[in-house]
Amino acid sequence: MHIPDGFINPSVSAAAGVVAAGGFGVAVRRARSYLTERLVPMAALVAAFVFAAQMVNFPVLPGMSGHLIGAVLAAVLVGPAAGYMVMSIVLIVQALVFADGGLSALGLNIVNMALVGAVGGYYLFRSLMRATGNRRGRVPMVAGIAAFASVPLVAVAFAIEFAIGGTAESLSIGTILWALLTTHTLIGIGEGLITGLVVGAVMAARPDLVYGAPSFAGRRTTESVQ
Amino acid sequence: MSSVGRRRNLVLFGGALALVIVTAVGLSQLASDQPDGLEFVAEQEGFAGSADEHGLSEAPLAGYGENLDGTDSTNVAVAGLVGVLVTLGLGFGVFWLIRAGGSPPESAGS
Repeated sequence: MHIPDGFINPSVSAAAGVVAAGGFGVAVRRARSYLTERLVPMAALVAAFVFAAQMVNFPVLPGMSGHLIGAVLAAVLVGPAAGYMVMSIVLIVQALVFADGGLSALGLNIVNMALVGAVGGYYLFRSLMRATGNRRGRVPMVAGIAAFASVPLVAVAFAIEFAIGGTAESLSIGTILWALLTTHTLIGIGEGLITGLVVGAVMAARPDLVYGAPSFAGRRTTESVQ
Repeated sequence: MSSVGRRRNLVLFGGALALVIVTAVGLSQLASDQPDGLEFVAEQEGFAGSADEHGLSEAPLAGYGENLDGTDSTNVAVAGLVGVLVTLGLGFGVFWLIRAGGSPPESAGS
């Protein structure tokens, strides 16, 4: 899911860079209002986990693998603002240290995985939670469903960027969108399962630290819950 | 916070970090080397060739250790361990710097 340099033209890449940087500023301001000292180790650990899990590509189709994005996972655990920051930190480390994800495409990757994936995915998660009665016991399953849906959502974000600024010529955007949607819906199954399992494990150990859960002991500033 | 609570937190944090390291160093050995979804679609739809070479492809850990001299499995293990420590350290630093201020320090027995 990491866009390399060259897929998207410089102006669209630069515009995404501006959006990504502005988004990071907003995320810092919002995270500052709820990310207390006791949540710091959790947020750092989530960043390390997302990095680690992204290394583990699982087979999806003959000739194709997928890996966890981790955006909904991060946002449910530490909130959408810190989730945005987690994804940004992981993407920056991957691009600068591991040459994974283009340098000029860093803004695009942050827009897709942090803004669309973590923030968009989080609000999808909260809507589903409200629609199902906001029960604590349902947090892992609902997180898994939102995570599943977030993968094709991120793929659509790429398709839009490709439609506006793709450098390859004379390609059918409709065909590409369809190919992206079908493959990433399949990859989303893995995303949903891993997210559900990990959120379930954290809910079992420290439900008070899970930002998106009714059992969260801190304060949320991005929304009112119930 | 009581010392029992603090010890439990340390055990949970250490246990979780151990699982993260096992994932990056061990599970990553089993990772599929097939193209991921975006690479796959790019190849199928004929735009994979529009990718440029990464500007840092000569970096020591580029491609998760492809440039290292060891065996494939030690290279991936080194890349995984370094990546976990860097993201963890950077995460701690950034989140510590921006942590919510003004909240009273936690008192004993909370």
